Amino acid sequence: MSQHITEIVIATIIFVAVSAMGFIAARWRRPENMAHLDEWGLGGRSFGSWITWFLVGGDLYTAYTFVAVPALLFGAGATGFFAVPYTVIVYPMVFVILIRLWSVSHRHGFVTPADFVRARTGSSTVALLVAITGIVATMPYIALQLVGIESVLKAMHVNPTWALIIAFAILAAYTYQSGLRAPALIAFVKDALIYIIILIAIIYIPYKLGGWHKIFDAADAKFAKTNGTLLNHANQWQYVTLAFGSALALFLYPHSITGVLASRNRGVIKRNMAALPAYSLLLGLIALLGYMAIAAKVKPIASNGTVDTNTVVPVLFDQMFPHWLAGIAFAAVAIGALVPAAIMAIAAANLFTRNIYKEYLKRDATPAQEATASKIASLVVKAGAVVVILAISPQFSIDLQLIGGVIILQTLPAVAIGLYTSWLHRWGLVAGWVAGMGLGMWMLYQIPNIATKHRHFGGSAFPLANWFDPTVIHLDAKTTMYVGFIAVLTNLVVAVLVTLLCRALRAADGVDRTRPDDYLADEGDARATPPTEDQLPEPVPTA
Amino acid sequence: MAEPHARSDRVRATSRWHWLLVVPVLVPLLVFLYDGKDPRLFGFPRFYWLQLAFILLGVSSTALVYRLTRVGPSDRGTES
Repeated sequence: MSQHITEIVIATIIFVAVSAMGFIAARWRRPENMAHLDEWGLGGRSFGSWITWFLVGGDLYTAYTFVAVPALLFGAGATGFFAVPYTVIVYPMVFVILIRLWSVSHRHGFVTPADFVRARTGSSTVALLVAITGIVATMPYIALQLVGIESVLKAMHVNPTWALIIAFAILAAYTYQSGLRAPALIAFVKDALIYIIILIAIIYIPYKLGGWHKIFDAADAKFAKTNGTLLNHANQWQYVTLAFGSALALFLYPHSITGVLASRNRGVIKRNMAALPAYSLLLGLIALLGYMAIAAKVKPIASNGTVDTNTVVPVLFDQMFPHWLAGIAFAAVAIGALVPAAIMAIAAANLFTRNIYKEYLKRDATPAQEATASKIASLVVKAGAVVVILAISPQFSIDLQLIGGVIILQTLPAVAIGLYTSWLHRWGLVAGWVAGMGLGMWMLYQIPNIATKHRHFGGSAFPLANWFDPTVIHLDAKTTMYVGFIAVLTNLVVAVLVTLLCRALRAADGVDRTRPDDYLADEGDARATPPTEDQLPEPVPTA
Repeated sequence: MAEPHARSDRVRATSRWHWLLVVPVLVPLLVFLYDGKDPRLFGFPRFYWLQLAFILLGVSSTALVYRLTRVGPSDRGTES
């Protein structure tokens, strides 16, 4: 314990200082009227390029990422490096999609992806599916941020329970008060700290370990049986489909969209698509901390008989760094958890408010009532995350997060394809969602995890041999693929087939309230006046 | 915004440059390009340094497309 005092004191001081910033953030760029969802939930839709870069960067590259990706390289080798191609291809992939989403949301005042789907498809059913999918996928992600903090606490030998409750209570309080402005302001500190720590780590640790050659050789020796630090014929398809599928999923997550919609104009988003990969470089270097841990012979902390590989990075810092520097590094990871946790809670709360509360519970809610509903929902979401982590088990949320990627992908046809065309019929979208979700869950159910002794939901790599003999199509017999990728392909095929069927049966299309020019609007263009219900033609029931 | 429609037309006219974005999406998915050890760079096997280098490919293609498709005042980038 005593050797960790310096670390604990430094980490606590930084944490408290940053929390104070969170409360002060309510006054930063203060609006005239905070009691509006645009202000509390989207920071006034006013963030410029720099703020957006820090906010979205802090939002996407979470503390859990910084802890789990190196843990993956430590435990499984090269496959863990998929995080790099994943976060390289995502920006060119979504470049055009996000500016269209920004424009149409700007014109119509959309706050959530489900708001857009509601207007585009004219179907409250599809919008509700998108909203619920978003909330369910986000909840375990918030809980995972706690896993990030927990790993740091374990490395300092602090009892995690109370520390976690206090940290999340503070987080809940300032998010309640300051809304999206809190994580936006804190993100500056978080990223500055993480950049400094990582720069030091990638120079200092290899120097102490005898160079990068030694680090890669140590990893090669550990994974000698599975083609060393390279991929093999069995896992390269998993690598590619996981990188591609994860990239498809990333900007479907409600919290990513919240960060995008909070920006001021299309130019801000375009510039960020070119600038955000700077974080991917950081992530790639952080990933290699996993190999440094192998070379440094790090022993992850075991508790209750199970080894927690998520502790490899904190333990590595503890072993290699002087105590004061390790303290700063731990604070950086903990703060790195607070930024995304706040944005995720806000995004989930906005989905609840806009697409459940206002749609089904209180149709005439005023903007002030919407803001209040969201603030309260954000508290509930965070309390739920703490309960899940402490009462059930961290492994549970890790498994759920894995499922989260697969399920959020099922909103791809409604949200991403919807931004280009309204051709897909609303019942096609529903059918595709059901098919993709069902297949995805069924496949995940069949994947065991040997390390955690789980028989189901143990990973996202599906062995094709379960279905057919992969050698028939000249693949390795043990070839695996990412479940989400197969599930979303199925979703698309079903959506197209059911759309064709609906057209053949002349089932009525939903009423699309958006117009082609809406997707190209920019800052300063007038907001569309929403048509009242009686101005819209009623959808005709199927004859 | 005096002529939003004129700008929409310009947006459409420049949008063919978006096809350039296919390159940085496709290349990092071609495993055979980087699934090897040699040549090493600063001790990094090819698998690692080449994939990190793809970040440069991604940034330069995206920045290029941004420049080629600038039409509106928000694309000038004077704000903070």
